[in-house]
Amino acid sequence: MTTVWIAILGVALASAAIKAMGPVLVGGKKLPPSADAVIALLAPALLTALVVTQTFGEDGHLVLDARAVGVGVAALALALRAPVLLAVALAALTTALVRAFS
Amino acid sequence: MGMSSEREHGGGVYLAGAWAALPFALATFVLGISFGVLARSLGWGVVAPIVFSVIAFSGSAQFAVVAVMGAGGGALAAIVAAILLNSRFLPMGVAVAPFLKGGPLRRALEGQAVVDASWALASRGGGRFDREFMMGATLPQVAAWICGTVIGVLASDAVGDVERLGLDAIFPAFFVALLVDELRDGGQTIAAALIAAVLSLALIPLVPPGVPVIAACAGALLGLRGRSS
Repeated sequence: MTTVWIAILGVALASAAIKAMGPVLVGGKKLPPSADAVIALLAPALLTALVVTQTFGEDGHLVLDARAVGVGVAALALALRAPVLLAVALAALTTALVRAFS
Repeated sequence: MGMSSEREHGGGVYLAGAWAALPFALATFVLGISFGVLARSLGWGVVAPIVFSVIAFSGSAQFAVVAVMGAGGGALAAIVAAILLNSRFLPMGVAVAPFLKGGPLRRALEGQAVVDASWALASRGGGRFDREFMMGATLPQVAAWICGTVIGVLASDAVGDVERLGLDAIFPAFFVALLVDELRDGGQTIAAALIAAVLSLALIPLVPPGVPVIAACAGALLGLRGRSS
């Protein structure tokens, strides 16, 4: 049980430190234009990585499962100009259906 | 820089953020329940999982810790896994930093509001972020995560396998929607996203979870080649 508490406190402190680091180090400073240009591209890069890892990643393995079908249906819905909430709901529904029948 | 946060930004923006985050709060609530059930089933008791959710508020890292320790890993292995997963908050924090307020301590505190969905919801394209919107969006998610955990540990016998609800597809689907908006900027944005996709896909089987996301940030270095817009 002590191990559990050490892990809990360690993770809480580490997470807080990681989240604080960027805001404290960069602060309100005006960054050079090259840094601004890199930061502007962080959002698309990070979003893409989140999509890829949360769709195809499972404990360090590449998987193609119900999630990928669900996210694919959402992407298709978005391409057909469906509202975001509808697309997200379709993703969950499709994933649940594929799991139910597989 | 900071233009959008200096505009007339009253309490309405916090509320708008909270409202926009409601669907994710709902998903977070159910995931919180499953975290509580899982932690309880591994003998964590009632108090520890709830305290964990209150002081860490980090879904992916908490699931990783439970998984590592459930598989017989020690505290250090669990902490390392969580740090790797949460390392993405470093570049996210750098990106929002210019829009936060106050001295180092206040900035450190405001930075705690960075969670995936809020950060993404508050992104206004071209590297701009809406500070108040992000903070408003985080509140209902924190509340939902904690409430979910409480219900999960208390009712662990009554709750079945929540994975069948397909909620784990909600977040990536939502990120696809935001990504589509970002990609409208064209040019370098699309190239950066492609590099990130290739890097993260290639690295998933090779490195510990969390590292592919951080490595994918290399795609943003394209910005060093000068702006195309």
